[in-house]
Amino acid sequence: MNYDERLKHVSVLGAAGKMGSGILLLTAVEMADISLKPENKGKTFVLNAIDLSDDGLAGLMDYLRVQVQKIAEKKAVMLRQLYADRNDLIENFDIIEQYVIDVLRIVRPTTAIETSYRSNLIFEAVSENKDLKVKILKQIDTNNPNQAWFFTNTSSVPIHIIEDEAGLKGRVLGFHFYNPPAIQKLVELIVTANTLPEATQFANSYAKALRKVVVPSNDFAGFIGNGHFMRDALHGINQALELANTIPLTEAIYKVNKVSQDFLVRPMGIFQLIDYVGVDVVQFIMKVMNPFLATEDLHSDLLDKMMELGVKGGQLSSGAQKDGFLKYEKGSPVAVFDSKAGDYVAFDSFSAKSDEQLGALPNSFKPWKTAVKIAGNETHFGPYFEEMKTMKTEGAILAIRYGKRSDAIGRQLVADKVAHNDQDVNTVMLTGFFHAYGPINSFFE
Amino acid sequence: MKRKIYMTAGYNTISMGTGRKEFNPRKERPGLEHYISEAGKGVLNQIGGADNVDESFIGNFMAARFNKQGHIGGFIGMIDPGLEFKPAMRVEGACGSGGLALVSGIRSVLSETADVVLAMGVEVQNTVKAIYGADILAGAGWYQKRKNSHAYFFPGQNSDRAGAYYEKYGYDYTRKGMGKWFCNDMENARLDGTAQEFHNSTPDLEGMYHGMKPNGKTFVDHLNILDCSKVSDGASGIAIASEEGLKRIGVDKKDAVEVIGWAQLTRNITNDPPNMLELTTVKKAAAKALENAGISIDQVGTIEIHDCFSIVGVLGVEALGLAAPGKGAEFITEGNTSRTGKIPMNTTGGLIGWGHPTGATGVHQAVTIWQQLTGKAGNAQIDITPEKPYGMTINMGGDDVTIAAIVYKRGI
Ligand SMILES: NC(=O)c1ccc[n+]([C@@H]2O[C@H](COP(=O)([O-])OP(=O)(O)OC[C@H]3O[C@@H](n4cnc5c(N)ncnc54)[C@H](O)[C@@H]3O)[C@@H](O)[C@H]2O)c1
Repeated sequence: MNYDERLKHVSVLGAAGKMGSGILLLTAVEMADISLKPENKGKTFVLNAIDLSDDGLAGLMDYLRVQVQKIAEKKAVMLRQLYADRNDLIENFDIIEQYVIDVLRIVRPTTAIETSYRSNLIFEAVSENKDLKVKILKQIDTNNPNQAWFFTNTSSVPIHIIEDEAGLKGRVLGFHFYNPPAIQKLVELIVTANTLPEATQFANSYAKALRKVVVPSNDFAGFIGNGHFMRDALHGINQALELANTIPLTEAIYKVNKVSQDFLVRPMGIFQLIDYVGVDVVQFIMKVMNPFLATEDLHSDLLDKMMELGVKGGQLSSGAQKDGFLKYEKGSPVAVFDSKAGDYVAFDSFSAKSDEQLGALPNSFKPWKTAVKIAGNETHFGPYFEEMKTMKTEGAILAIRYGKRSDAIGRQLVADKVAHNDQDVNTVMLTGFFHAYGPINSFFE
Repeated sequence: MKRKIYMTAGYNTISMGTGRKEFNPRKERPGLEHYISEAGKGVLNQIGGADNVDESFIGNFMAARFNKQGHIGGFIGMIDPGLEFKPAMRVEGACGSGGLALVSGIRSVLSETADVVLAMGVEVQNTVKAIYGADILAGAGWYQKRKNSHAYFFPGQNSDRAGAYYEKYGYDYTRKGMGKWFCNDMENARLDGTAQEFHNSTPDLEGMYHGMKPNGKTFVDHLNILDCSKVSDGASGIAIASEEGLKRIGVDKKDAVEVIGWAQLTRNITNDPPNMLELTTVKKAAAKALENAGISIDQVGTIEIHDCFSIVGVLGVEALGLAAPGKGAEFITEGNTSRTGKIPMNTTGGLIGWGHPTGATGVHQAVTIWQQLTGKAGNAQIDITPEKPYGMTINMGGDDVTIAAIVYKRGI
């Protein structure tokens, strides 16, 4: 079965979810492009969008129509060539409309999992629940005569466990998109000892067609991205708790968030990132990873407490940020949660004092937005952190400590053989988390 | 000409679109009514009101598609009740519509049916994304050829012209000239508060231009977006008057420009351009307008030329006879067309810097020349010397199809 044939009948499980909808969009477009190749004329391509939620599937179709149209608008130059033989399609408008129809006609939204029994390839993006994943994949495989391949999007369940428990020997791999899949360039690819080389090869070709950056990760709970992020987040949380011995926790959270964003020149502070991903998701992934870790305890009482109080962060379906550790106005944090009082405290009421305690940024500071665009930016960050090391301010000291910890986490991932090398860790953090410099570096020595 | 013809009381709205700080494509914006009304009133305020106007013309290209609105002449009466129940009509010649409004006004005054004409142009284009805007603007070409043309129709046509020029005279040589043209436009636009690129503050324009290589996969083979005019919302207006008309509106001759020669020529749209390296219709129209004016191009002190693409600037310089074929790029690179050069062109930024609300552009050009020759150009003012007292506008519709060329001098 070649690449095109493999993609002739595909299913996405959990298609109405955050990840599933993006995977469905990208796959629908890729399948449509293949179906429009002259050699595939007359062949029918099918993409089942499977989910439990009828409402979710209705929303999915609206999302798809809008997104496919945007994609078509961007590649109109190519589409004019693709439809060159269609004399009835003359203006860009006609051509874009036809392309949207050609993509959407491949997609079958359904709640009936049975439709996947005829697929050659199944993307799994249902809720992060090992038993659920194992149960559905097993059910499909039992009923599907095609020796289908299963690409799971799990963030934290080791792939070999799914492979074993669902009885999918060699036919499952981890194809771990980042959120949102349509925009994030990174995919972590995780194979087991048994994964068929053809499946890995196909996965690489498919990722390439989607213009994704593939980083292979070993099959270890959390893989590279969450392996780093969860520990980095825990460092931030623990740092704030330590500061809270002498100042209110609210101010401590504000400081650590500021240090991790401004001093370390990241796109957002660590508490904002936790809110972005969702306090619940972070707590959950830590919980799934923890049993696999022999020598460390990846757990935070503070996260548990936030969850008890129902403060979860995450995003509304509109993409707007929900309040978590921090409160947001137009996407920017303006206040911090006081877990004792159960309410938010405005930054304004204390930030001037906190900023003064942290001290100024190094003179050579450039904001993330600017710094991320500097090609070969070691030349910027080297001197920047050198300057910081000469400063004895609280902010500089916390930042250097944070940078060192982030570096150590990265190196540990390589030592533990989760990542193949330093470069892969850096690629994941640069591409998947938009860091301006890789965590493994020599800036903080 | 059997009567003296003057233009005065020019007015431009802001050219709105990307580049302006206040432009937000996601927010609702003013429509045709706003622009027509602002520019119309802007003229009326300088000529003693609507009662002084005998007739009106308004150039517009494609409101029928950009705004789903035809019958633009009907909006003239909306500007002021004093314009209602008087002659008003919309004229169309693609991006040359504004020039046709001017020529129509000139004809009316010449034919003595009017002593004061309100000539306007309007276009509101930011209603659709660029990729659909390209469909709409392609209406300036022959629809029978649309199927096999580029997604970005006009950039595609001019990319072919640029490609031909590169091939004959060299890529780097040509890009240098086009780059200089772009820089001149941006620098000039920064001097005019109504220009779309007024807020432009790029420190190294030349570096930016040459850093962006044309990419046929996402756009066209031989041009990048810096080579292209802007997508704009805007309107312009100007009064066209006889000597009696000037008296009626109380404007002194020295605050007006006199039209001393003009030509309006149109090429057969169903033919391909006869020569990719020449703007044949521009060449003929410019020569005829100069001949009618009885002057030579060397006596012209400033020109507004229809630089919908930087390559048209290069070819335009040649069509005007300022440089021999193949020497246009060099002529520009040497600085001859910059605001301090031998023949300053597009002194408020042209279509690339000031903006290109298609149906209004021809009128905007006349307003700029009126401002420059009468000393009303503010920060954008250039020196007009007694040896070269004349101004000129070249407005173009389609790929060198509908051309209006007009020669002006300050009224005395
Ligand atoms: N959200 C992220 O940032 C992110 C990033 C990478 C990977 N992931 C992983 O992707 C997977 C999906 O996560 P998500 O964030 O999209 O979750 P989600 O809750 O947004 O989506 C899950 C979807 O699965 C559907 N579903 C649940 N049970 C089902 C069943 N039995 N059959 C069919 N559909 C079912 C739900 O209705 C829902 O639409 C998880 O494994 C998660 O760990 C998430």
